Amino acid sequence: MELLLIPDLLAPLQHEFMLKAIAVSALVGLVCSALSCYMTLKGWALMGDAVSHAVMPGVVVAYLLSIPLAIGAFVFGVGSVAAIGFIQSKTRIKEDTVIGVVFTGLFALGLVMVSKTKSTIDLPHILFGNVLGISDGDIIQTVVISVITLSVLALLRKDLVLFCFDSTHARSIGLNTGLLHYVLLSLLSLTAVAGLQTVGVILVVAMLVTPGATAYLLTDQFDRMVWIAMASGVFSSVVGTYLSYFIDGSTGGCIVVLQTLLFCVAMVVAPKYGLLATRSARKAPIEPPPTPNSGGFE
Amino acid sequence: MQPTLDLQNVTIAYHGKIALHRASLQLSPGTICGLVGMNGAGKSTLFKAIMGFVKPDEGQVLVNGLPVKSAQKRSQIAYVPQSEDVDWNFPVNVEDVVMMGRYGYMNWLRSPKPSDRAIVHESLARVELSDLCDRQIGELSGGQKKRAFFARALAQQSPVLLLDEPFAGVDIKTEKLMINLLMDLRDAGHTILISTHDLSSITTFCDQVVLINRSILAYGETSEVFTEENLSRTFGGSMQGLKGG
Ligand SMILES: Nc1ncnc2c1ncn2[C@@H]1O[C@H](COP(=O)(O)OP(=O)(O)OP(=O)(O)O)[C@@H](O)[C@H]1O
Ligand SMILES: [Mg+2]
Repeated sequence: MELLLIPDLLAPLQHEFMLKAIAVSALVGLVCSALSCYMTLKGWALMGDAVSHAVMPGVVVAYLLSIPLAIGAFVFGVGSVAAIGFIQSKTRIKEDTVIGVVFTGLFALGLVMVSKTKSTIDLPHILFGNVLGISDGDIIQTVVISVITLSVLALLRKDLVLFCFDSTHARSIGLNTGLLHYVLLSLLSLTAVAGLQTVGVILVVAMLVTPGATAYLLTDQFDRMVWIAMASGVFSSVVGTYLSYFIDGSTGGCIVVLQTLLFCVAMVVAPKYGLLATRSARKAPIEPPPTPNSGGFE
Repeated sequence: MQPTLDLQNVTIAYHGKIALHRASLQLSPGTICGLVGMNGAGKSTLFKAIMGFVKPDEGQVLVNGLPVKSAQKRSQIAYVPQSEDVDWNFPVNVEDVVMMGRYGYMNWLRSPKPSDRAIVHESLARVELSDLCDRQIGELSGGQKKRAFFARALAQQSPVLLLDEPFAGVDIKTEKLMINLLMDLRDAGHTILISTHDLSSITTFCDQVVLINRSILAYGETSEVFTEENLSRTFGGSMQGLKGG
């Protein structure tokens, strides 16, 4: 039985397109997961969703001008964020509402544009990704985006953490918090483009949020959180891509389902914040205070 | 002698309403200056104006002769706000937080040197928080949080220290401890501006006092300024026995 299984299991690896797909998904998983830590901590899930949808018209414009996809997407991603900030500061509408208006608006514009340029762009590929059929040009683009994003995150890690945790202190030691804010948003736009190749516009937000959320349940240390997130992101990407070959199903779907499963596991078994831990903590005998408490009031 | 902290005619308005009118203040090295006024008098606004977090409508602030922005970049000024606007569930522990006070001295990768670690541990020891240095920051009590951020300000080793109500919510023992630390810093030549509602402790450690109510009402040596009469002007109406014991 096992002897038969092993060659079967290795079968996908004989195809060059599968090797490419697995490598690209792994890289995208790595980059998105690294960024996802900042997204979860900053509470930017909705912003991630917004940016990933808002890049749609940018993608179409880039196709039409035959410039790299990433550039068009980047311009629209950052533009949407600027628009959100502008509308929020000029009107009395709350941020989540503004985000909802702007991203659906841009996404709709993108849909209209795609439908009028059908011959060149494959809508399902944008919506759901097409990593199994990824072109060499797109691979280069993904690698460039990944290198930029990972380098910026590595070089500015401490400053970005400080900015997310305590922006007042960041300002008080003379850091340019406005710049850090836009650095994070630019990275978000860039990785949204990378993720778009693999899992598509609709599921990119999962790549940008779920690994960070999983890791956040598992540790109280930022550096560990990043490693855990990246490990879970790469694992889901590799196994998900591989799995999608066997079940002949959506690659993006498989990756995100795996990520969500890992999240569920973490939610149950996490040592400190998991459901089991909080339950057993409630059952554990209560430690008495060391000395009799003589009416301590605060 | 050049003042370490120099406010010149600073006016701050929020949406056209003046919160602080033409405040001028010159503090020299080795001074603790108490900032006293009622709720809404503009104490926190004064701190924010010094830090450049609210833009003055007129006037300017100099720290050691430098504009505030450059002073901040050179670790010349440390600020502990009235309430910390931080994410208490963030995955950082107490030691990490205090280490943030050292960033100004580090290279731009912010890799700590052994001396930075030593200073962080010393600062934690000085506020008696060494035992809790591995705790996630949100798992401290209110007063312990205050101490942790106070320790971060100590670790900054800045010549100018701005403390907005550091004693609010801390127990008497900790307040005494903090006051002693502040007096040590003063003796080492630091300039400290501190707001507090604990009027009884002012005379014990403040060399100078600023009385404030939307503008500076009186400013000078504690013995001259911190009088019953000035206080009742500051707090409005007769405030017999305000000074306490
Ligand atoms: N962000 C803001 N927008 C509008 N008005 C503000 C703002 N912050 C403070 N104010 C107003 O400015 C005045 C001064 O406020 P400030 O916070 O400086 O008072 P404070 O002296 O620190 O008071 P407390 O003792 O309560 O801390 C108050 O009337 C307050 O309502
Ligand atoms: Mg205040």
